[in-house]
Amino acid sequence: MARITELEINGKKYPIDAEEQASLLFVLRDQLDLTGSKYGCGEGQCGACTVLLDGSPRRSCITSVGAAATKKITTIEGLEKNGRLHPLQEAFLAEEAMQCAYCTSGMIMSAAGLLKSNPKPTEAEIFEYMQGNICRCGTHHRIVAAILRASKAGKEAAL
Amino acid sequence: MNEDPLLQTEIEPERYELREPSLHHFHLVRRDFFRLLGAGLLVACVLKETSAFQESGARARQNGESLPKEIGAWLHIGENGVVTVYTGKAEMGQNIRTSLTQAVAEELRFPADRIEMVMGDTQLTPFDMGTFGSRTTPTMNPQLCKVAATARNTLVALAAKQWNRDAKDLFASDGKIMERANLHKRGARVIGYAALVKGQQLTQTISGEDPLIPATDWKVAGAALPKINGRDFVTGRHRYPSDQKLPGMLHGKILRPPSFGATLVSVEPPPVQLMKDVTFVHDGDFVGVAAPDQQTASRALAAVRAEWKEQPNISNKELFDFLKKNSSMDGSKPQIVGSVEQGMATAHYRLDQTYTVNYIAHAPLEPRAALAQWSGDNLTVWTGTQRPFGVRSQLAEAFKISEDRVRVVMPDTGSGYGGKHTGEAAIEAARLARTANAPVKLIWTREEEFTWAYFRPAGVMEISAGLRDDGTIAAWEFHNYNSGSAGIQTFYDIPNQRLQFHEVDSPLRQGSYRALASTANHFGRESFMDELAHQLHVDPLQFRLKNLTNERLRAVFTAAARKFNWGAAKTMRGQGFGIAGGYEKLGNVATCVEVRVDPASRDVRIARIVTAFECGAIVNPEGLKNQVEGANIMGIGGALFESIQFENGRILNPKFSRYRVPRFSDIPPIETVLLDRKDLPSAGAGECPIVGLAPAIGNAIFDATGVRLRSLPMVPGGMKSA
Repeated sequence: MARITELEINGKKYPIDAEEQASLLFVLRDQLDLTGSKYGCGEGQCGACTVLLDGSPRRSCITSVGAAATKKITTIEGLEKNGRLHPLQEAFLAEEAMQCAYCTSGMIMSAAGLLKSNPKPTEAEIFEYMQGNICRCGTHHRIVAAILRASKAGKEAAL
Repeated sequence: MNEDPLLQTEIEPERYELREPSLHHFHLVRRDFFRLLGAGLLVACVLKETSAFQESGARARQNGESLPKEIGAWLHIGENGVVTVYTGKAEMGQNIRTSLTQAVAEELRFPADRIEMVMGDTQLTPFDMGTFGSRTTPTMNPQLCKVAATARNTLVALAAKQWNRDAKDLFASDGKIMERANLHKRGARVIGYAALVKGQQLTQTISGEDPLIPATDWKVAGAALPKINGRDFVTGRHRYPSDQKLPGMLHGKILRPPSFGATLVSVEPPPVQLMKDVTFVHDGDFVGVAAPDQQTASRALAAVRAEWKEQPNISNKELFDFLKKNSSMDGSKPQIVGSVEQGMATAHYRLDQTYTVNYIAHAPLEPRAALAQWSGDNLTVWTGTQRPFGVRSQLAEAFKISEDRVRVVMPDTGSGYGGKHTGEAAIEAARLARTANAPVKLIWTREEEFTWAYFRPAGVMEISAGLRDDGTIAAWEFHNYNSGSAGIQTFYDIPNQRLQFHEVDSPLRQGSYRALASTANHFGRESFMDELAHQLHVDPLQFRLKNLTNERLRAVFTAAARKFNWGAAKTMRGQGFGIAGGYEKLGNVATCVEVRVDPASRDVRIARIVTAFECGAIVNPEGLKNQVEGANIMGIGGALFESIQFENGRILNPKFSRYRVPRFSDIPPIETVLLDRKDLPSAGAGECPIVGLAPAIGNAIFDATGVRLRSLPMVPGGMKSA
């Protein structure tokens, strides 16, 4: 069985050792201690584990390491640059778009994918795009407000 | 003094929340405390007046060195200028870390961002029953306010002594004690808190009964303070229980029975080739493995051969019959006012109706998780729970060790909603760690969480009422089977009542949930009130107000109706308006809902929710709005489509792909009207706002379609299947 020995994450190459079918989420969390991506369901239904592969949002729990090995991976830990928060992170803080915040990383990563493909989404487009991310605390309106706010921060909102 | 009769009423003890009997006593010795924290000023709040929840058998101090046992909270100001506050409460998204910090900052006159709040750590914080029942704001908030105010006064007195001044000529601000400027021409003297307590070991204890600072004088409190450690959450840096790690840690997996109640007949460990680096544990019905990585653990677990003896179980098709047939028909002692029989005799109309609610799951986004580590006979467990001290008891009992050998630490966790009172994962991780002789982390899968946690109780409510043609209610009888007695009282003015809760040996494991039985009882009561109003051909709001004198409830009903523009004509086909409200955990809520029922597809969509909420003086309006919105959104699931499906001891829908929770497309605009009663103590807000939603939706669906839905969830597959 082929083994994967390296992943490019947040612009940095990380040595790993995993079977190619291994779940990307568990490699990120357990081997690399990148625990910002969360386990919520293991079936790609809740979005808490969302990362970007070459800029597109993917559910890392159902993405194999093999499929991720040829791509540039971005996780929540990669958004902050030189101590400066990403506009989406700023916007989630400004709009208080979290309660328990367990879904927050996944929400931000999905939103980053949205703003990359659609930098100026309408409110209705945000509601539709975020359908795959579950928030159990009921912070949905604030999350939508945060994404709208970030979209107004200009092109740097997209990754 | 407040004369509101509701405020005087003892909060209904929630049976499922009070199941655990054990209480503990804290006994940290004073000198240990200063050794731990360094010199400074320590202020502790002693709970003199023991309530039903905090009763712990008052004991005299054994000697001058010990702190009193019945401590609610304490605060330490170190000579390094660090302020640390200790409370046994736990943070899981209600934002109490922020609101409690805010309360301390206000009273201590100290910057909020320099206060450290240590929460839910059984070794460091005072005993606490648990974080549930919307009790943090009404109990912990005032305690911390008093502790902080006492600390401030002590600091002023210290400065007065040092400067040989009268304390009233000094004041505290921004972490400093200052002289009033007009006392000296050359400017006022100033000293920081750190310098004041340098080299001191000062202890103050205060009674939990000291007068409160009136809400009208709050400074930081009352205005919005952002989530105190928000940056850690948006960067993914915060370590939830499932993110905890230790060197040499193993990952655990547990073998689950095929159905509820199954017992283990025999078990064989995995074959030897899969046992490299794997620890296998078989202890009674407990079977589990631990391995250096999850994949190895999963593979080993899959290779375990086990034989189980199953027992017959009911399915949810027969659930409500089962609950009725298996209830103690005598029930708990009925609450009786007047005579229902005599009231019925004077009534012009009589109505009888039955309502039901299904089991639903909490489905916190972070499943149960624990990291356990043994050091000799001492056990430390990091886990997500609303009751760290309760889990400590469970661990002590499970491993037959004394509680002082067990430490439970609760990192801010990925929500609970009443679903994390118990320590299953903690016990399982600790059992594996004991045999493995290494730290073990266990994260429940979503399927385990949906199956082996506990559910919000299902229930049957039977209601009868006698109406007079002047629009008053002459008699009221209400029976609840299984779901609970919280919120069973009617707040309408009815001279003749009989209310009774009937306990059932629930076929599924059940427990606490956000507002628990109050949601079911409000669904029954407020749907039934709507049916009564329609029977009399009067407006449902007017009917309620006619039978309601409680001022706080009238205020929220009126406020919600005004904001909603209640009484406006319909503008389209399929549109319906509903109103409902109630009272729970010292909060008052009224909810108005607009639904649209598609005439062709019969799909139900909530178009708009307006909630008016009042819970005394407002501590943090943004946090409060979050709680009200969150309760409404969570409530949409249980009202419309959430339901645990089970058959013969198996959960049929233990996944998010088969158990529908509210998603973005289900979320309507929500308008929240907050009524700020600065003259009343602050109450919690995590639960009450949920209770009005389901009946308001049902009433709106009736208004739109003429169809009355009497079972939650109301439209699991749209109106088609209703």
